[in-house]
Amino acid sequence: MIIANQISDQEIETLLEEILDYYGYDFTEYARASIKRRILRIFTLEKFETFLQLRNKVINDRKFFKRFVEEITVNVTEMFRDPKFYKCLRSDILPKLAAYPFIRIWLAGCSTGEEAYSIAILLKELGLLEKSLIYATDLNPIVLEKAESGIFSLSQMKTYSKNYIESGGIKDFSSYYTATYDLVKFNRDLRKKMIFSTHNLVSDRSFNEFQLILCRNVFIYFDRDLQHKVLQLFDASLEKNCFLALGTKETIDFSSIARKYERIQNQKIWRKLQ
Amino acid sequence: MEEIAMSENKCSALIIGGSAGSLDVLLNVIPKLKETMSFPIVIVLHRKKGTDSLLTELLASKSSLRVKEVDEKEQPLPRTVYIAPSDYHLLFEKDGSFSLDYSEKVNYSRPSIDVVFQSAAEVFTNELVCLLLSGSNADGVNGLEQVKTYGGKAWVQNPDCATVPYMPQQAINIVNTDKVLTIEEMIYSINALDNTA
Ligand SMILES: C[S@@+](CC[C@H](N)C(=O)[O-])C[C@H]1O[C@@H](n2cnc3c(N)ncnc32)[C@H](O)[C@@H]1O
Repeated sequence: MIIANQISDQEIETLLEEILDYYGYDFTEYARASIKRRILRIFTLEKFETFLQLRNKVINDRKFFKRFVEEITVNVTEMFRDPKFYKCLRSDILPKLAAYPFIRIWLAGCSTGEEAYSIAILLKELGLLEKSLIYATDLNPIVLEKAESGIFSLSQMKTYSKNYIESGGIKDFSSYYTATYDLVKFNRDLRKKMIFSTHNLVSDRSFNEFQLILCRNVFIYFDRDLQHKVLQLFDASLEKNCFLALGTKETIDFSSIARKYERIQNQKIWRKLQ
Repeated sequence: MEEIAMSENKCSALIIGGSAGSLDVLLNVIPKLKETMSFPIVIVLHRKKGTDSLLTELLASKSSLRVKEVDEKEQPLPRTVYIAPSDYHLLFEKDGSFSLDYSEKVNYSRPSIDVVFQSAAEVFTNELVCLLLSGSNADGVNGLEQVKTYGGKAWVQNPDCATVPYMPQQAINIVNTDKVLTIEEMIYSINALDNTA
């Protein structure tokens, strides 16, 4: 069993500061409860005996550091997660964007890409894929490689297909991929309107203006100050009258940008009014 | 003796974890709790995802306490029953606020009762009471052990009157539990924690 007090809060602070100095990755404004749990998890998985061993390995072994980042930035994801959310995108939000000559969508914190393929399927079914571009970004290059490959595990497809149908999909979900053994590869035409790139929400700037920004289940890992900063980044990257979507448990209510936005139904989707 | 020891520490949070067969217990217990309750009550129930608002509405309709689903970074308040959302792990920050985490399932569960108990144990230490109800797996047992390590109280439902006795029975076998309770005893013991009286 994990004994939490094997690692002190101070040790965690020191490690995060060192990572910032050494690698330029800033995790100092991440919510502590989760990050501490993740660090303890690595500590146990890798069978370190002292915190110093872990710290030395993080600082001196670049390859290990990559794995460390992958572990602490949780990258669990799903296709059509929260079907009601996708239903709202399908029936309300995307049709409103149909009027634009060109639709730019930013998926921030896209992880291994399941969200990107879900959105591409919606766009395709609405006849909007050809004039859309999905910019899918994440701070972690390893998850982006997986996302680019479009290869996922077959065992997940039952759940995804169910989610897809609940979100209002009427096609045969399996027509979107080809299965070989225990893997599936999503069709190339879904992939061709996606651009994958590393982007760190903490330190990188706005890089375009979008009609839809999705950043789901990333804010839960940030403290309030950082959430506020990232909301300002989104605000600066979103065209007027366009949409920002967060995860089902996340909100913009605490932030000063909230007064410029109007919430859509009871979804975690907001429209920028000014 | 036990009652006296209990009253030494004030209770800052009560966390109730349950799985199969727990909903009935909650529906019997929550409506009978005093509305003055001086601490927050947090419920972590294994269930199908997407059924959150149903559970919240059901409990709210029967209780005089405020019942709401947890929001991330929210500070828990007294006289309130919080429901952990399905499909996220629930953690506590050092200042007692809620934190959510969408990481791997633990004991095939998300939310996992072990995860919540462990995180709460560290934050609320000896001012924490955790109660484990009916269920068919052992999620929550390790968590209760951690609660004890930090000086909190470990309560379990009496397996004899649990719909699925496995979970509370595992806890009794492994953890040095403080109380083993029937539904009536639960109502009494929880109300006795209220120190506004
Ligand atoms: C739990 S996943 C969410 C995936 C997906 N959006 C979903 O809701 O299913 C969180 C993702 O956020 C990414 N992330 C964490 N911090 C980030 C940052 N500062 N900048 C960009 N991405 C970040 C992680 O690498 C991870 O892939």
